[in-house]
Amino acid sequence: MKEGRSRSFYVLATFFAAYVLFLYGPMIAIYVLSFQGPQGGLTFPMNGVSTFWIAKLFQGTGIVDLGAAFRRSLLLGIIVMIVTVVLSVAAGMAFRRKFSAQSILFYSAIASLIVPSIITSLGISLEFRIIDDLIKSYFNENFETSMGLLTSGLGAHLTWTLPFGLLIMFAIFNRFDPRLEEAARDLGATPWQTFRHVVLPIILPSVIGIGLFGFTLSWDELARSSQAIGAVNTLPLDLQGLTTTVTNPDIYALGTVISAVSFTVITLALGTIHMLNKRQAAKGSDAGQGLV
Amino acid sequence: MSEEVLQQASPGLIPGSGTARAAKPTRLSPSFISWLQAGPMMLVFLAFFLIPLVFVVIVSFWDYNEYQLLPALSGRGYTDTFEGCIAQLPDLCTIGKTYLKTLKLCFMVWTITLFIGFWVAYFLAFHVKSKTWQMGLSLLCTIPFWTSNVIRMIAWIPLLGRNGLVNSGLVKTGLINHPLEWLLFSEFSVVLALVHLFTFFMVVPIFNSMVRIDKSLIEAAYDAGATGFQTLVNVIIPLAKPGIVIGSIFVITIVMGDFITIGVMGGQQIAAAGKIIETRVNALQFPAAAANAVILLAITFLIITMMSRIVDIKKEL
Repeated sequence: MKEGRSRSFYVLATFFAAYVLFLYGPMIAIYVLSFQGPQGGLTFPMNGVSTFWIAKLFQGTGIVDLGAAFRRSLLLGIIVMIVTVVLSVAAGMAFRRKFSAQSILFYSAIASLIVPSIITSLGISLEFRIIDDLIKSYFNENFETSMGLLTSGLGAHLTWTLPFGLLIMFAIFNRFDPRLEEAARDLGATPWQTFRHVVLPIILPSVIGIGLFGFTLSWDELARSSQAIGAVNTLPLDLQGLTTTVTNPDIYALGTVISAVSFTVITLALGTIHMLNKRQAAKGSDAGQGLV
Repeated sequence: MSEEVLQQASPGLIPGSGTARAAKPTRLSPSFISWLQAGPMMLVFLAFFLIPLVFVVIVSFWDYNEYQLLPALSGRGYTDTFEGCIAQLPDLCTIGKTYLKTLKLCFMVWTITLFIGFWVAYFLAFHVKSKTWQMGLSLLCTIPFWTSNVIRMIAWIPLLGRNGLVNSGLVKTGLINHPLEWLLFSEFSVVLALVHLFTFFMVVPIFNSMVRIDKSLIEAAYDAGATGFQTLVNVIIPLAKPGIVIGSIFVITIVMGDFITIGVMGGQQIAAAGKIIETRVNALQFPAAAANAVILLAITFLIITMMSRIVDIKKEL
């Protein structure tokens, strides 16, 4: 840790730059290739520049109905986002004091994160098949299936997003100063008022971060959806199906459109977080900062 | 539990903290409030994770025929899986070979992601001094994680394909005469894509451990005459161990269960532990799929237990 830049700094900076290039390089390649001319193929060089393939995507002339898959993924992503935010904030609050099932919930969340997705997905699909069989044999013989986007599909996505949400809440409350709540209570605030007017505004930037995680993880989710989504496909599943059959650049065009949604959501979320932080810095009091 | 904690939880409970507003005669008890707060998440895990796991274990002992499940006790899921394993000794049977292959892939991806992840985290934690730069560069590493994995796999096709950038470049420079066939839809491309997708899971926990290291410890090591290498081995690596272990658990469990990357980047030709489960499900052989899931779960659990011996995960979060 000497003054100035050591040689190791330059070596590692180069290494880091190479890693970033490795991360982004291939992605940028397909964004560029999705603007191939109408005669263009799957690889470089570019054969003219056009929006032909992207336009083709929106005309719905492709093999599968991508518009419907797009809407399904969007709907599921938004619901997953809302449920993840609400349940994570609530559970995060619960973890600030001891309660009986604390370690069961904690280990469930960690296990849900690291048990291979295919196993969770298979389990959910078996569960719903067995429920279906029970309904068929005891209630309604003509019953089709309880599996679907917003039943088994939603559940599968939540097993992936909720652990992340909970871990982010832990990080938030590790840094949170409980004296702020004490002060609110001393001034006569009810528990709900304390949460609504003191806790929530302070943690809001990170809560938006949880929403960002919830949406993007669901929007791109594949492994858990694979067995548990039921009859209809989400956008990533359709995209995966296309990888083995497609021989022209519309697969890149689809990739570019999906990424555009991801990047829009990321930009919106990061922008809001940045704005909220700035507002907090400008308008917030210096409470909890100490006297010096 | 101290009174202070109780008071935070529910001020109405502690005599003397009553405010001017009259407290309602029946206050909810703090443990009931905790249940209300944590209950919904617990229910989701119960319904969509814990019960499904139980079903996986139960169904793995059921019987099956060509098109349906038969709820009768049977070991067929397992015997079908290990078919020929004893007869073929000393040669490995299919399932043995598949697991060996999966473990090999796992080991390669683990060593490479650990190497890259460690040095990227090291650079961010120790060489980037400004907080803003640290945030910005961490974000740069995180953003791809928020985009689609399939797209990040497909992205390799224009580079590695037979007429891709790499091959045409090599042919043009005269290094090779024919395009290399092993660049895409091979073990090489599977490992490359897995490293590309999941190094992030290594960088984040290692970085978290490293930023917590007290900088004065490193200065003390230098003052005591340690070389840079000695400081790294004796100070930084031991203190970054929790992050290394957590990152390793993530990467290993992901690769062990992966079937999508191996499928797409291996051209659906490479067998792996997760891939067997998918194949069995597609053939509607649910008990066999479940039996394979139980085996995979057991092996994954074994690896995690071995690794968490080294570090207490709960303490590190």
